[in-house]
Amino acid sequence: MSVLTPKRPAAATPASPASPAGPTTPVRPTDASSRPGRKQRPHVGSYLTMVLATIVLGAPLIWMVLASLKTSQELYQFPVQWLPGSPSLDNYAQAADTVPLGRLLLNSVGLTVVGAGLKVVLGLTCAYALVFLEFPFKKIVFGLVIATLMIPPQVTIIPNYTLVADLGWLNTYQGILVPGLASAFGTFLFRQHFLTLPGSILEAAELDGAGHWRKLWRFVVPMSTPTIAAVTLVSVVTEWNDYLWPFLVIDRADKMTLPIGLTLLQNIDGLTNWGVLLAATVVVTLPILVVFLVLQRRLVAGLTAGAVTG
Amino acid sequence: MTTAEVLAPPPAAAPAGAPRRRGALQSRRRRSALIWFLLLAGPNLALLLVFVYRPLIQSFYLSTLQWNLGSPVARQIGLGNYVELFTSRNFTQVVTTTVVFTVATVGGAMLLGLGLAVLLNQKLRGRGFARTVAFAPYVLSGFAVGILWLFIFDPRYGLVREVLSWVGASSPQWYTERPWPLVMVIVVYLWKNLGYVALIYLAGLQSVPQDLKDAAALDGASSFRTLRSIIMPLLTPTSFFLLVTMMLASLQSFDIIKAMTQGGPLGSTTTLMYSVYQESFVNGRAGYASAVATVLFLVLLAVTAVQMRFVQRKVHYA
Repeated sequence: MSVLTPKRPAAATPASPASPAGPTTPVRPTDASSRPGRKQRPHVGSYLTMVLATIVLGAPLIWMVLASLKTSQELYQFPVQWLPGSPSLDNYAQAADTVPLGRLLLNSVGLTVVGAGLKVVLGLTCAYALVFLEFPFKKIVFGLVIATLMIPPQVTIIPNYTLVADLGWLNTYQGILVPGLASAFGTFLFRQHFLTLPGSILEAAELDGAGHWRKLWRFVVPMSTPTIAAVTLVSVVTEWNDYLWPFLVIDRADKMTLPIGLTLLQNIDGLTNWGVLLAATVVVTLPILVVFLVLQRRLVAGLTAGAVTG
Repeated sequence: MTTAEVLAPPPAAAPAGAPRRRGALQSRRRRSALIWFLLLAGPNLALLLVFVYRPLIQSFYLSTLQWNLGSPVARQIGLGNYVELFTSRNFTQVVTTTVVFTVATVGGAMLLGLGLAVLLNQKLRGRGFARTVAFAPYVLSGFAVGILWLFIFDPRYGLVREVLSWVGASSPQWYTERPWPLVMVIVVYLWKNLGYVALIYLAGLQSVPQDLKDAAALDGASSFRTLRSIIMPLLTPTSFFLLVTMMLASLQSFDIIKAMTQGGPLGSTTTLMYSVYQESFVNGRAGYASAVATVLFLVLLAVTAVQMRFVQRKVHYA
């Protein structure tokens, strides 16, 4: 390794941007020859690997969109035809003829918005109570909330299914929504954040005569927007993609969410009509992909929050 | 909410009064705190009790019944379901499949994710874009992802067949011939979760102090040596966190398998999780399925318990 490094002109790196890691920059001009240059100038090999990895990881999504725009002749041929001859939305129209695609989209959007909204409110209020209210057995209550993070929803599906069936909630929105509504993840993250809030502000609010309700919405919530954004986005993604529970509870097309509608379409069209199936797949994935691309930083912060806190 | 506000204590009503009045005030305060607690935390706690704790306990009870889903009759058979489960050859296959699936997905995702993280930790142009592309599949619907990859794996017209033909290979029968369906499901699971692992590792790598890496470089350590002897030990907490969370997630995965193989062919992609669904909602044997679910729960509990012990010993992390 060290034999290779002198060959590289380590000192001549005017093109490389000043590295954000402070301590390394001042060293560079004086003893550049003694430092291996690889930190400043990555290998060509690294670039090649990165480009290759990006292509391999990204290709399936591009392929999905391209395929949804092809005719079945173009889809069913080998070697594959890379681009659609004349891109058309016929597959989308056909998918919408087979399953009520617009209705499914509406159901998904509605359930996601309501579900994520309620989850955030439940998490906020529960965390507020756990942090700012004096209550005996508070620690135990918090433990009970956190422990549910470790209880996989799959273990509870059979009893929950019979309960929901007994309530007459099969094929209803509340049947999809209510059993998964409780917020453990949100409560956990909000509590972590509330514990860092300056107590003096809340004491001042109390002296001003603010009750708990006012304190929560006027003082605590405005000081928690990044955490609220992260929890909201994570809830949006999980609600939108939720599969097993709505799949069990719903079998009528007009109450289905998009992933369940895709299952219906798969049962109808099977492997015989890839274009239509892929068009519906685009409809399922594209909205969340757009949310991800626009709000990437907050969403990633929420999804990876467990790693930092736990 | 107006009634609730009435119940709140009068603002700043605590002058240095007589001790007896203060005692009365305190108990009133405590009562108001209790009411507020129930108002604010109550709904969430009630939902957790009804839809998580109640079914968890009921599920243990159901596992002792011979009972078909939706049927009004049930027969108490004690541990009969467990005896059947642990003596059936079918269950041995389910356990084997679960182990293979879990080891391959968790191990694969961690190795590839670490590699990707090390790659993207270098100051490469466009690495932000690469990171975005790698993470994107993680936020997508597992079922939709499964459908998409089913098309990519199509043995006649799929992209995989095309790529294999470049090197002169022919496409295996991904849908029908063992072990290819399991391989296919594992590949898709890896694709979906790789970006998450890479991102967590990337965060860990960025917290490795620069002077340690500089010191190693000055001593003439190769980058592989630095990775192995300096960076990996520092990343142990990250690795352990990922190991546990990925195991939990992998053991519970359902939608990709549902979309691609429905547990087949001949049960070769039926994991414990899939078996819970299959036994209860396809075969209708809810009592037996509850026993499978209980076993799955105990496995998950064991994984979590190991994590808790480890975390307690190694909290000095940040």
